Amino acid sequence: MTTPTIGRASSLLAVDGPAIQVERLSFRYYTMEGRERKWTLDHLSFHVDAGEILGIVGPNGSGKSSLLKILSGLLPVGEGDVLLAGLSLQKRSQADIARLVAVVPQEYVQVFPFTVVETVLMGRFPHRTARWWSMGIGDETANDLACAHQAMVDTDVVSLADRLVSNLSGGERQRVMIARALAQEPKILLLDEPTAFLDINHQIEVCSLITRLRAERRLTVVLVSHDLNVASQYCDRVLMLKEGGLCRIGSPEETIRPDVLRMVYGCDVVVDAHPQTGRPRVTMPMSTV
Amino acid sequence: MALTVSSWAHAGSVLTVHRWITVIGGLLLACVAVLVLCLQFGATPVNIGNVVPAIMHLFRGDLAGSPSPETSEIIMVQIRFPRVLMGFLVGGSLAAVGVTLQALLRNPLADPYVLGVSSGSALGVSLAILFGIGSTFLLFPLLPLFGFAGGLLALILIYRLAQSKSRLPIHSLLLAGVILNAILTAFIMFITSIMEPNRSAGLMAWLMGSLTAPGYPALGIFFLYVLFVLAVLMHKAQLLNVLTLGEETARSLGVETEGVKKHLFALTALLTGAIVSVSGMIGFVGMVVPHAVRLLIGSDHRLLLPASALVGGMFLALADTIARTIMAPAEIPVGIVTALVGGPFFLYLLLWRKDRML
Repeated sequence: MTTPTIGRASSLLAVDGPAIQVERLSFRYYTMEGRERKWTLDHLSFHVDAGEILGIVGPNGSGKSSLLKILSGLLPVGEGDVLLAGLSLQKRSQADIARLVAVVPQEYVQVFPFTVVETVLMGRFPHRTARWWSMGIGDETANDLACAHQAMVDTDVVSLADRLVSNLSGGERQRVMIARALAQEPKILLLDEPTAFLDINHQIEVCSLITRLRAERRLTVVLVSHDLNVASQYCDRVLMLKEGGLCRIGSPEETIRPDVLRMVYGCDVVVDAHPQTGRPRVTMPMSTV
Repeated sequence: MALTVSSWAHAGSVLTVHRWITVIGGLLLACVAVLVLCLQFGATPVNIGNVVPAIMHLFRGDLAGSPSPETSEIIMVQIRFPRVLMGFLVGGSLAAVGVTLQALLRNPLADPYVLGVSSGSALGVSLAILFGIGSTFLLFPLLPLFGFAGGLLALILIYRLAQSKSRLPIHSLLLAGVILNAILTAFIMFITSIMEPNRSAGLMAWLMGSLTAPGYPALGIFFLYVLFVLAVLMHKAQLLNVLTLGEETARSLGVETEGVKKHLFALTALLTGAIVSVSGMIGFVGMVVPHAVRLLIGSDHRLLLPASALVGGMFLALADTIARTIMAPAEIPVGIVTALVGGPFFLYLLLWRKDRML
């Protein structure tokens, strides 16, 4: 039942159709009493091409994280439709989505002493075929181990294999979480604030990792970021959200502009060209006080 | 490729079938040793040489038929063996419930006693006894049902109380547990106060945690029941691992978390209800044991769950042996022993966690 769907999905990706297609998507939360709140996302339409890195930016509360959660099936599609590799999200089961989309959450807190390998191997969960008599013991197939190992090689965490996740630095932990997501063998990788809470060296590390992975694995990447410069330097296109509406989508040059930023954030910033890449670079203006 | 994978897998902390069998096999042997040790001690000392033959008699069923069984054999077969076995089953179940609750609530301090689940079960059972359901004797099929209902209600209540924005902050969970515990205990105290003195004395003794074993048929049913629930829990062990990643990540890995959580809550309440209805409120086993076992063998629930159950069984069997012998011929409730060991340990964890997690 599900196998032909996946087959179709990969063939669609192979001919470079959009990996994600969002059509007139609207979404709102409900209060505890079940009353409707105002729209968190309002009539969004855009698409993400296979192999593209799309950055989602916008002020706090503009619906960035909600959008990311809808794309991964964590929140329901309110109105409109979201197609992953040509098939509507509503027609896919959570497990089906998990074999196509992997999510790297903003923060990861592990209170139990799990090691890095154990954590990465959990990424194989959606591919497991449970055998009731084994009670899950020894379920890791050679393929599972190979996938986890490759993911750890790609993210350079093999040397950390037996370390406890709770004892890692922020940058290391983020790489482990990306490895965990890669072990899922996704076609689409969603990252929520991948560089938040990281020092500049780890920010660079994680961003170049994402770019490299896109190239090596032909991943489609959607990342949410507070950092406009991360979006500008590392994304092919940038989607700018304002109060749940799509404000602008396009190349960094088209979106990271003083007039657009003033409209979205309501403040003046300095935008010049990055000396190495020529892409827009955002800095704070001189203090007027 | 194959070479790198195999060499890496051996270096890693990946749970292999080999490691699972080694650890569980070793623990099973230790369990046999501990049980035989526990059988020796008591108000009437029994020579170790008599322990094994007595058990053999029991299984052959020819004790009643033999012309003049020794007193020590009667004590062994009719009192001590069922009691030690009971302690083992209750301890194992408590540890398994502890492991499950900890993973489910992502809180290493979760324990059916601390969270008020045991109190909920105890209230259910007390109510049943108050209204004469299942008579004053701890009859088997009905009381666990009330224990289950009470435990499940307490668990749902505490989950609702502590949850804020789909998160379960560790300290609000503990706080909710403490408050719920106090309220439920007040209800139980009220029930004991309106009972006839001789009935309430029995209830109090049971509440403090006692392992007075029922007859063999009831013990057999209890054994099968515990075994069944543990087997179902074992099938969820892999899910427990994924749940510790956090609910959203678990869902992004294809787990239907709402349904899984309901199943697991029901299973823990089923087990807690049964434990409490036979042994009252025995605290801290569910927290101390999983924590210690986790330090030794890691967090993978496929191994942690059965290993904790076995260690929990040994722990309670030993604690009960201390309770039976330390003031012999008088007995103290085993709950006192576990609380004296577990309470300080809990405090230590709380203080130690404070500077790491706050």
